[in-house]
Amino acid sequence: MSQGTEKLSRRERRRLEQEQQQRITDVDTGRPVDRDTRDGRDERLDRGELDWRGVRAEEAQDGEITEKASILLRDRSRRLLGSLLSPYAKYLWVLVAAIVAENIARLSSPWLVSRGIDLGVPPLMQGGSARMLIETVLLMVVAVTIQATSRIFFLRVSGRIGQAVLLELRKRVFRHFQRLDVKFHDRYTSGRAVSRLTSDMDAIAELMAGGFDGLITAVLTLIGVSIMLMVLDWRLGLICLLSLVFVGMLARWFSRASSRTWRKVREASAMVIVQFVESMTGIKAVQSYRRQPRNQEIFTDLSHRFRQINIKTFHLFAIFQPGIQAIGNITIAVILVVGGLYVMDGSMTVGVLAAFLLYLRQFFQPMQEIGQFYNTFQSAISALEKLSGVLEEQPEVKEATDPVPLPKARGDVTFDHVDFSYVEDVPVLPDLDLHIPAGQTVALVGTTGAGKTTIAKLISRFYDPTAGRVLLDGVDLRDLSDDDLRRAVVMVTQENFMFDGSVADNIGFGRPEASRDEIIAAASAVGAHAFISALPQGYDTDVAKRGGRLSAGQRQLVAFARAFLADPAVLILDEATSSLDIPSERLVQQALQTILADRTAVIIAHRLSTVEIADRVLVLEHGQVLEDGPPAQLMDTSGGRYAALHEAWVKSLA
Amino acid sequence: MSSASGSDTTSSAPNHTVRLYGDALDRPPLIDPRRTSTRRNPAASLMRLTPYLKPYAVVFFSMLGLALVAVLLSILTPLITRRIIDGPVVEGDKEWLFALGAVALVIGLGESMLNFIRRWTMGPAMLGMETGIRLDMYAKLQRLPMSFHSRWQSGQLLSRIMSDLSTIRRFSAFGLTFMIVNTVQIIVVTILLINMYWPLGVVVLLSVIPVVWLCLANERVYTKLSRRIQDETGDVASSVEESIQGLRVVKAFGRVDHVFNRFTKRAQSLHDTSIERVRNVSKFWTFLEVIPTLTMIIVLAIGAVAAAQERLTLGTLVAFITLMLSLIWPIAALGFLLSMAQDAMTAADRICEMFDAEETIVGGDVVLDDPKGALRFENVAFQFHDADRPVLHDLNLDIRPGETIALVGGTGSGKSTLTALVPRLADVTAGRITLDGVDIRDLDLVALRRMVATAFEDPTLFSMSVRENLTLGRPDATEDEIAEAIEVAQAGFVHDLPWGLDTRIGEQGMSLSGGQRQRLALARAVLVRPAVLVLDDTLSALDIHTEALVEEALKRVLVGVTGIVVAHRASTVLLADRVAMLEDGTITHVGTHHDLLATVPEYRELLSADFDAEEVLDGMSPSERELAEMEGSLR
Repeated sequence: MSQGTEKLSRRERRRLEQEQQQRITDVDTGRPVDRDTRDGRDERLDRGELDWRGVRAEEAQDGEITEKASILLRDRSRRLLGSLLSPYAKYLWVLVAAIVAENIARLSSPWLVSRGIDLGVPPLMQGGSARMLIETVLLMVVAVTIQATSRIFFLRVSGRIGQAVLLELRKRVFRHFQRLDVKFHDRYTSGRAVSRLTSDMDAIAELMAGGFDGLITAVLTLIGVSIMLMVLDWRLGLICLLSLVFVGMLARWFSRASSRTWRKVREASAMVIVQFVESMTGIKAVQSYRRQPRNQEIFTDLSHRFRQINIKTFHLFAIFQPGIQAIGNITIAVILVVGGLYVMDGSMTVGVLAAFLLYLRQFFQPMQEIGQFYNTFQSAISALEKLSGVLEEQPEVKEATDPVPLPKARGDVTFDHVDFSYVEDVPVLPDLDLHIPAGQTVALVGTTGAGKTTIAKLISRFYDPTAGRVLLDGVDLRDLSDDDLRRAVVMVTQENFMFDGSVADNIGFGRPEASRDEIIAAASAVGAHAFISALPQGYDTDVAKRGGRLSAGQRQLVAFARAFLADPAVLILDEATSSLDIPSERLVQQALQTILADRTAVIIAHRLSTVEIADRVLVLEHGQVLEDGPPAQLMDTSGGRYAALHEAWVKSLA
Repeated sequence: MSSASGSDTTSSAPNHTVRLYGDALDRPPLIDPRRTSTRRNPAASLMRLTPYLKPYAVVFFSMLGLALVAVLLSILTPLITRRIIDGPVVEGDKEWLFALGAVALVIGLGESMLNFIRRWTMGPAMLGMETGIRLDMYAKLQRLPMSFHSRWQSGQLLSRIMSDLSTIRRFSAFGLTFMIVNTVQIIVVTILLINMYWPLGVVVLLSVIPVVWLCLANERVYTKLSRRIQDETGDVASSVEESIQGLRVVKAFGRVDHVFNRFTKRAQSLHDTSIERVRNVSKFWTFLEVIPTLTMIIVLAIGAVAAAQERLTLGTLVAFITLMLSLIWPIAALGFLLSMAQDAMTAADRICEMFDAEETIVGGDVVLDDPKGALRFENVAFQFHDADRPVLHDLNLDIRPGETIALVGGTGSGKSTLTALVPRLADVTAGRITLDGVDIRDLDLVALRRMVATAFEDPTLFSMSVRENLTLGRPDATEDEIAEAIEVAQAGFVHDLPWGLDTRIGEQGMSLSGGQRQRLALARAVLVRPAVLVLDDTLSALDIHTEALVEEALKRVLVGVTGIVVAHRASTVLLADRVAMLEDGTITHVGTHHDLLATVPEYRELLSADFDAEEVLDGMSPSERELAEMEGSLR
C-alpha cells in the first residue's frame, strides 16, 4: 500500500508540474519562429475578429505546421536545451550517485525492519541479548541519515543547476531582444516579446524545478525491474515487453497530439497577455472612451480560448496517463492468469509468480512517472521552440565583427550614395549624397515624408542603408562597435519614453555614471531645473508608470536633459520640442546655441525659429536635397523655397 | 483560415461560464469581502476566492470522493492478487483462476477509469475557476482609477493575472485534493494503529507533534520566500515590459548594457531567492520524510521490548509496522503539498491586494437626458496623494453651453490635469465641477464619459482596425459619420492604407507617424459627438498647414459643443471664444485672445508668434502630400 500511495502522489506531483507549464504561451502575430513554419494563426482570423482587429499583411498566408517543420522546430529547441545543460554534464554522475544512494537507503528501511523483527525480537523475547536489535536500529539510523543527506544534496544541486540554467536563458533571450534591430521589433511587437520573457520562461522554470529525481529513479527502476523480470521468467517477461509496444504506440500518439496542443497553448496565452498589456497600457483611453465592455468581451473570448486549449492538454493527458495504467493493469491480469496456468502445469513455482507480480507493479509505475515528465517536457519544449526561434533571429543591422575603434568621434557625418526604402520598390531616399562636417548644425526642412526622420534614423543606425554607406569620421557605421557609435550619436525623438524610477534616474539614463551635480547641471542647461525642483521630492520624485506624473512638455524636457547629459559628438533632434510651450522652447533654443557650439547636430523641426540657429539648412523633398546652404545665403536666393519660407516667417512675426 | 472555424471556437466556450462571467464588468467581483482584521492573512485570502469554486463544487467534491475510492482500489488489487495465488493457483482451480483474473482485470480497468474521469473533469473545472477569477480581475482593473494604474508596475499586474492565477489553479486542481486525501489517510491509519496497540499508537500520535511543529516553523519562513519570489517575478516582468516598450530609446542612447544590468540584477535576485527556496524545501521535504522513518525505528525498538515482555504478539508488531509503512509517503508528500498551498495562499494574497484596491471613482445615478454642456469649476483643487502642494487650487471657471475655452499655460502649469478632471479620470480633491448644474460625481459615470470626449496629447491607438479605433467612443456610428469625422481631422490618409478602414493599426499593426495618430485621436473624439469636447494639445505634432485645415473644420464641429482646447499656439487659441490662462495651478486671467494679448504680458510671452516651416512648404506642393503620407504610413 505504501508503494501504491507513493507512486500515486508522485505521479500527481509530476502532473502539477506539467500543469504549471500551461500558464505559458504565445501567439505568433508576426514572424515568430521561422519564416516558413508559422502556425496557429488560424483561430485568430475568424470573421468576428476580423471585424474589429483588422487586417495585417503577414497574416495573409497561413496553415497547419507540417510534420517536417515540426521536427525541425523540436530539433532546434532540443539543441538549445542541450547547449544550456551541457556545462553541467559533469554533475550528472554525482546526481545519479546521490539518487542511487538515496533509493538504496530508502528501500533498505523495510528490509531492516523485517530483519529487526525476525532476528532482533525473538532473542529478546527469550531474554537473550538485545545486540541484534540495537545493531539493526543503528543501521536504520545510518540508512535514514544517508537517505536524508543524499536527498538534500540532490535537491540542492539539481535546484541550483535548474536555476542557473534559467537565469542564463533569461539573460540570453533578454540580451538578444535588445540586440535585435528596430525593424524586427516593429514586426514582433512588445506584447509577444513580453510573453516570451515571462510566461514562456515560466514553462521552462517548471521543467527545471520539476523533480528530476523522480525521473532518474523511474528510469533506473524500469531498467532494473525489466532485467529482474526477464531473469525470473522469460516467457512472462516477453509478455511484459509486448505490452511495451502498446505503451510505445500510445506515447507516439500523445507526443504528436500534445506538441501540437502545447504550441497552441503558448499562442493562446500570448494572446491573453498581448490583450492584457495593451489594455493596461492604454487604460486612459479605455476609460475615457468607455471601451471597458468591448475589452471585457474580447478578453473573455481570449480567456475562454486559452481555457479551451488548456482543457485539451488536460484531456490528452487524461487519456495518456490512465491509458498507461490500463495497459499495466491488463498486463497484470494477463500475467496473473497465464502465470497461474504455468504454476498449475508445474513449469513455474508459486514463489516466482508472486515475486513476478510484485515486480510487475514496479514495472509500470515508473512508466507513469516518465509519462508525467514527458508531458512537462513537451510543454517546456514548445516554449523553447519559441525562444530558440527568437535566438535564431539575426539582426539585419548587425554589430561589426571586427570594429574600427573610434574612441573619440569628431562628428563628421557623410552619406555616400545612400539608397533607402522601408518596403521594396518604394524608395524613401534615392541616392543621397551628403556631407556634414564636424561641429556643424544642420536643420532639415521639408514636407511630411520628405525623408527627414529617415535620415535621422540612418545616422543613429536604427536601419542600415539599402545601398551606399553612412560614414562617421570616415568610418562606415557598419564597421563601428555599438558602444562607440552610441557614445558618438544620440537621437531625441517625440517618443520621450520614461523608465520606472525617479526624474534623476531618467536624466541619468543618458550617462549612468553621472553624478547628481552633473544631472542637475544638465537639467538646468535645458531649462528643466525649475519644474523638477518644484516636484514633491525634487529630482527624486518618482515619474510614475511611463512618466504619468509628468506632462508631455515636461517629459520632453527630461528627454532633452538626458540627451544633453549623454554629451554626444552628434546630436539628432527629431521634433524634440513640439510639445513645449513657446517660452520653454525659447529657453531650449538658447541652451541649444551653447550646447551645439562644439558638436554636430541634425535638427528636424516645424518651426523656423529653431531652424534659424543652424549653420546650414537642407530643404528636402522625396529624399532629395533641393536646397543646401547657410540660412542667410538661402534666404537671399530668389525664388528659392527657403527664401519663401523665411519671408513668410518674417511676415508672421510682424 | 476560413471564417467558419473561428465562429466555432467562440461558440465552443461553455455557455454557463459565459453566463457566469460575461457580466464581470457590471457587478462587483464575486470575491468574499475582506475581513475587518487589518493584518493580511494569506490563508484567509485564499478562502476569499472560494466563491469562484462554487459552480464547480459538485465536480470538485465528487472528484475528491473518486480520489479516495481510487486509493482504496489500489489497496484492493494486491489483496485480489494474494487471493488468487493463495486460492485457485495453489489449488489448481482453473475456472476460479479465470474468474478471479477477470475480477482483477475489472478492478484494474476500474482504477484507470476513475483516474481518467478525475483527470478529465477536475482540471477543466479548475480551469473554469481560474478563468472566472481572471475575468473578474480584468474587469476590476478596468474599473480602477488612473491613480491606481500609475502607481502599479504593469509587470506586477501581469504576473498576478497569469502566474499567480495558475499557481492557485494547480493547487486547487491537485494539491488540495491530495492534501485532503493524505490527511484522511493519516488519520484513519493512526486510529487503526491506536486500536491495534495503543501504547505504540500513542508514539505514532506523538510523532505528529514534530511534524506539525516543523510545518508551523517553516510556514513563516516559506511564506516570506514564496511572496518574495512572486514579487520578484513581477519585478522581472516589469523590467521586461519596460525594456521592450522603451527599446527605441535604449537603442538611441546605446544603453543596452545599462538596461541589461538592471534586468540582470532583478533576474539575479529572483534566482537567489529561488535558490533560497530550494535550500528551504530540500530541508523541509527531507525532514518530513525522515520523521516517520525515525518514528518507525522508535516503534521497532519499543515494540521489540514490549514483545520481549510479552505485552504484544510478534504478529501484531509485524502488522503494526506494515501498516505504519503506509504512513511514510502521505506524510512526506505533505511537505510538497504544503509548499504548494503556501504558494497558492501568497498568490491569493497578491490577487486580493488588487481586488481590495479601492475604486475611488464610481459614478452616481443622475443621467442628463438632454445635456446642454454648461461646465462650471467651483474652487477646484487637485493634489497627488503623495504631494505636499496641490497641482491645481482655487480654480474657478464658468463655461457656457456651446462656448469654447482655450486653456493656455506654461509647461507643467496643470492644463492636462485640468482636462483629466472633466471625464473623471481623476477626481477633484477639493471644490467641485458641475455639468448643467449637477456635480459630475453625481452623474452616471458611463453617461458622463459619453458626454465628454477627450483627444489626448499622447494618442493611444489599439491593435485593431482603423474603424474600431475611430468608433471607440460610439460603436454605432454610421459610415457617413465616420467619413465626416475623418474629414474634420484631416485623416484622409486612412483611405490609402492597404485595407482602408479595415487595416489594423496600433502596436500589432501598421505604425503611423505622430501626426497621423493625433489626427485619428481627434477624429475619434469628434465622432462621439459629445456635449463637451476636450482637445488636450491634440495638434502639436501636426504641421501648420494641416493644423490650419483641421482648425477650420473644428470651428464647424465646435458649434453647439462646449469645448476646452489646450493650446500652445495662437492659431489654436483662435478656435476659442474665450481664453483662460493657467498659472501656478490656478486661473489668473480669462478673456478674449486680443484682450489678454493687450493687457497680460505673461500671456504675450506665452503666445507670441511662432512659425512653421512645413506649413509653407506644404503649401508649395500640396499635390505631393499623398506620397508623403505613404512614407508616414510605412514607417
